Order: sequence, then C-alpha cells, then structure tokens
Amino acid sequence: MDNKTLIEKIAFNIIQGRVEAEDEGFDEGYEGQPAVTELVKKAIDTGIDPKNIVIDGLTHAMEIVGDKFEREEYLIPDMLASAECVGIAMDIMSPHLLKAGVKSKGKFIIATVAGDLHDIGKNIVSIMIKGAGYEVIDLGADVPTSAIVQAVKENQASYLGLSALLTTTMWEMKEVINTLKTEGLDHQVKVFIGGAPTSKSFAEQIGADAHCKDAFEAIDALKRKRINSWRK
Amino acid sequence: MIDSFREGVLVKPYTRLDTEQVKWLDQASLNILKDPGIWCYNERAAGLFKTHGAKVWEEKDKHSVCWRVSFPSGLIKEAVSHAPSRFVLGARTPENRLLLDAEVPRVYFGSGAEANIWIEMHMQEFVSADDNGIKCKVPRFEELRGNTTLLGRAARLCERLEHLDFFIRPLNIQDPDITPSNHDVNKFFASLNNMTKHVQAGLTTIDALKDVVRMGEIITGSPEALRENPLFSFIACVFKSPLQIVDDTAEKVFRIVETGLPLVISSSPQGGSSAPIQEPGMVAQINAEILAGITLTQLIRPGFPVLYGSVPVRARMDDLHDLYGCPEFNQYNIDCVQLARFYNIPSYSTAGVGDAKTPGMQATFEKLFTHFYMAMSGAQYIHYAFGLLDRTNSFCPVQAVLDNEQIGKIKHCLRQPKIDPDTIEDTLKTVKKVMASPYRLYARHVRKAMHAGDVSDPYRFEAKGLEDKVLENALNYMDRLEQEPALHLGPEIVDKIFKEVPGILPGLKQAG
Repeated sequence: MDNKTLIEKIAFNIIQGRVEAEDEGFDEGYEGQPAVTELVKKAIDTGIDPKNIVIDGLTHAMEIVGDKFEREEYLIPDMLASAECVGIAMDIMSPHLLKAGVKSKGKFIIATVAGDLHDIGKNIVSIMIKGAGYEVIDLGADVPTSAIVQAVKENQASYLGLSALLTTTMWEMKEVINTLKTEGLDHQVKVFIGGAPTSKSFAEQIGADAHCKDAFEAIDALKRKRINSWRK
Repeated sequence: MIDSFREGVLVKPYTRLDTEQVKWLDQASLNILKDPGIWCYNERAAGLFKTHGAKVWEEKDKHSVCWRVSFPSGLIKEAVSHAPSRFVLGARTPENRLLLDAEVPRVYFGSGAEANIWIEMHMQEFVSADDNGIKCKVPRFEELRGNTTLLGRAARLCERLEHLDFFIRPLNIQDPDITPSNHDVNKFFASLNNMTKHVQAGLTTIDALKDVVRMGEIITGSPEALRENPLFSFIACVFKSPLQIVDDTAEKVFRIVETGLPLVISSSPQGGSSAPIQEPGMVAQINAEILAGITLTQLIRPGFPVLYGSVPVRARMDDLHDLYGCPEFNQYNIDCVQLARFYNIPSYSTAGVGDAKTPGMQATFEKLFTHFYMAMSGAQYIHYAFGLLDRTNSFCPVQAVLDNEQIGKIKHCLRQPKIDPDTIEDTLKTVKKVMASPYRLYARHVRKAMHAGDVSDPYRFEAKGLEDKVLENALNYMDRLEQEPALHLGPEIVDKIFKEVPGILPGLKQAG
C-alpha cells in the first residue's frame, strides 16, 4: 500500500468511525479490517510525515464528516465516533508531532465542577474538542476548584471548560472563576461553561467568557474566536 | 405464499376477554341468529340460507317483503370454517402487497370512510392588539366539497405516507359530472392512478362492478393476473343494524363474491340506538351480523377471501350521534378483534377517528387513544386511521400527515423485542468495551441500531422555541410531500382504461 492510499484509508476509517479492527463502521462489512488505530500505527512505522497524516487524513476526514452532519446524513453518534477516531489518532501521533515541532491548536482543560458527578455532556465536549485538534486535559467529574485552577496554572492552558448539571453545583463555576482572578490567571485562560441549568445570562453573571449549549457551540466559538468577554 | 409484502408491525396481542368470555359471546351470537334470527330483505340470500338448512319464512312489512331467517348453529359454524385464514391483498408494486393471516398479529394501518368534506389548512399571520410588534401564525381552516381532483390528491399524498399500508378512499366525489353510474369507476381510477398500495372501496352501484374489474385487469395485465394480485378489494355493509340484511347490498355481495376479489363484510351498529350499549350486547349483536354476512359469502363460494369487518360505535347521550374516541369504542373493537381471531379470519378493525373538528389537541387525544389500543389488539387491518375529523364527516390532509407520524411511533413502540442469546452476547461485549474506554460513553455504539432504524427519531413536527408549531410544521412537511412526483399508471395503461372503461372524467386523464 503506498503512502497516499494509506492516508486515504485512515481518512475513510475516520469517516466510518472505526477506532479498532473489530469495530463496525457507518456502513456494514468492515468488521475485522484494519481501522484508525492499526492504520495510524502503520503509517508512523512506514515513516509518513505525521503532519501529512493530520492534514490529508484527519482534517480532511473531519471536514467530510462535518458536511455529512450538516446535511443530516450523520447524527451525533456518527460525529462522536469520528471525533473519537481523531482523538485516538492524535494520541498515537502526539510524540511524533512534538518531535516534528508541530503544536496542537491549544490546551483545553475540562472538568465537571465539585459536587457534581455528571459527566456525559462533558465527555462529549471533550471528545469533540480533541477531535478538532486541541490538546484536551480531562480532569474528570466532581473536581475541586483548587485542582482545576492548579491544572490551568501547571499546563498554562488557554481554555477551560466547566460543566455542571445541577442548580446547586453550577455556582461552583463562579468559585473557579473568582479563584482564577485571585491567582492572576483570568487573562491567560478563556472560560467556557455548559450544562443544562446554565445559560448565557448566567455566564455573564459569573464572569465566564462563553456559554456553550453543546459541543458544536464550543467548537464554533473556538474556531471563529467568537468568545465574548463580559469580564470587566 | 408471497416473498414480498409490507412489513406492518408484528405485535404481541393484548387481550381484553378471556377464552371463556369469547366463547360466551360466540354462543350469544349464535343464539341471536337462531332466535330472533335475522330480517333478510334479499330474496336470493334468503333462498340460499334456506337451501343450506336455515329456517326461512316470509313476512310482509308495510312497504316491502322480508324473509325471516333462523340459523341453526351448525350452519353458521360450518360456513365460517370455510373462510380462509390467510390471503393476500395485492398492489401495483409487489412490496406494497399485504399478507393477511388470522394467526399472525401483523398490524396494517390505512385510511377509510368516504367523507364529504375536505378540510384545507392555511397558516395566517396575526398581530397582537396590545403590541403591534408581536405576531403569531395561526391555522385557519376551509371546507371544500369532495371531488375527483381532491381524491386523487389524497391518494397521491397517502402514497408518500410511509406508515399508511393501504388506501380506502377517504373522500366522497361530488363533481358536477359525477353520477351514480360513473361514481365507482371515477373513485377507483382516481385512487389507482395515484397509489401503488392496496386500494379498497365500497360500490355505489352493482352495475359498475364489471367496469371496475376490467380496470384492474387492464392494470395487472389479465383477469388471472388480477385474481393473483388483487390490487383492490371491496367493502360491503350487508347488514343494517339491528339484524337486517339490505337487499341491494346483498346483491352486491353475490356479484363481488363471484368475481373472486376479496371483500370486507362490515357491520357498524351504534351502541344505544341500533345495538345495546352494554359491551356484551353490542359485541354479541355485531358478531352475529358479521357471522351471518360471512356465512352468506361462504355459501355462495366456499373458501372466498373475506375479512371480518367490525366498526362498532357508541351513541352520544346528548344527540345520539356516533361517539368515537371513547373507552367503549375501544372495548367493543378489541372484543371483535378477539372474536375474529377465534374464528380464524383476518380482522378489519377501526381506529383513529374522533369527534374533533380540526387538527389539534382533542384530535391527537382521540386518535392516540384508539390508534394505540387497537394496534395492541393485533387486528390485521385497521382502517379509518388517517386524516378523519368530525367523526367520519371530514378528511384533512394535514391531519393525515400528523396521523402518519403518530402511527409510525406506535408501530415502533409495539415492535417485537430483539432479545435473544446473540443480542445479549453483543451487549455484554459492548459493555466491556465501553467500560474499558476513557470516556465510558455508549454513543459510538448506538450507530448500528440507529442506522438499522431501531432507534426512533424525535417527534417530526416539534418546534425549537416556546411556541407550538406542530400544525405549521406538519403543513410544511405536507407541502414537501406533495411536491414529490405522483406515481401514475403508465400512459398506455391509462389510454386503454379510457378506451375500455366508460364514464371516467376526462379531467382525470389530464391530471395524470
């Protein structure tokens, strides 16, 4: 298989949403054939430039997936499956990209705030943002404010995503933002918030940079740099 | 029997009556047929009953002659046992045929009635009297008199409703040029020229039967092909409740049975006026009427394909009009489905008709109440299910679109569970896989079921904001469906029909 064909196969399997050989894809009949994990490893072993894999394989595939989603041919699970493939491909290629001097689009720390165990929405955002080419550091659920702020500081992260699903825990987001201010980190990091009880007005009230009702709004905000700062 | 047919939905039937109650009702019906028996206004039918052992005697009414018939139980049981439990209702395309099997609770939904009024819906914008900046769109309704163009439009729309399995003309045609003698050929042509699913209707005049049958033979290619693929069938309400066989309808039964094309023997007594209102009385009487009608078909031609047709309704206590969408309606109807199953004859049942005059909350309540319950019964063939309003007086295409969405959800809900060792093994593998993954998220593994159609979609007409836009969205959806091309008969077939079948309005050819 030549390099071009291998990259095309990676892209195809991202579109199919197949992480491993045993996975089914969007279409039937691919079970047992090499998928993204196997193909990316092979590409690296073959010596293909990881930048080419990212540009011609991953990015190209996600553009096609995005188009299919726009046309309602794909639904959220299809999009997530493809994004997960990209995330896993990026994990495999990460050391090689570093060596080649390629940086991610930015570090994105994400967490569900203290007292809240809900993580489905946070996980979806996490997968999608990773799939969009950001380095995601997922701190998990029920994360204390101090641990979130510490992670922002240590990683010099540009973005922080906070999630909450309860009206009682959403106020922890304000604590995180206040602590970031106290620590002098508020100009370094943009804070995105999301979760069922949150809203644009709540984001404004607590001084967050953006409210995102779903992963797509988060990616859109990142992509178009349309983060409205309400912070004084 | 056939490889290709509409899927319908296979359900696990909900039963209201236990076996003993079914037998009591069966015996009660047989008792009614023996004493007092029936009042038969058709001499030929009375003669046939007499030949086969019924006790028949003449009685003179004020204006007509009537034959009283007392059936021995054995005669009814023997005749009914000849009715086939399984047969096919054909269609212009093989995949649209229906496989009816009394032993298999495969449920099909279709339209029905012959409403005089077509209700057209438009959205109109209104401005708030308090604030000119506030506008809202409100549905407005217009009543049109049914005609051939509108019937063709109904068929064309119903062709595109994926959950409608068969088409009974929902609209009466009242064009100025329509007369009793050309009524039947026009309604069948307007339906068949816009519909590849099974078509069914009653006959206005018996004289039209040969022309309608000829139309079917032209479409299928030959008399034999039509019998093999009966792309239309007939309905006969041979009984006028209580217990009276109507002269001209009995004659139609004779002639239809002789064609070999399937027939529904239907009865529609009204609890509280033409039948007892209490469940045992209503069901015993309607069952007696249907059994006597089926007996007639089997005495004419043993093994003739017939559906057990029950449309029991209840009277309103304020005006004695029919009352649909009420608990008794469901009770009567599900009892009849169980009785049809007891006799091993496919069941033609009723759901989705109510008293609401326009689409909206009342219509949705009444229709869901009966659509769901009757689908649970496992009736093979449920009519009246699309578009009817104001009992059976109006047909509204937007309502048909709303009913389609509702019936789709019901079909999905009542599907057989896919639980077996293979699916359990798949599930266990998936659980292990997901729990070993970083996010423990099942979303990726939804896809196979999602793309196989095992995951239902959200309500098609939902609005995004704080507005109820169901009707507006349904109207827009209907407009899109109506843009799709009609699946007309081929031009050679249409030419041949116009050449050989007299009375079809020229406008229908141009519309085609």
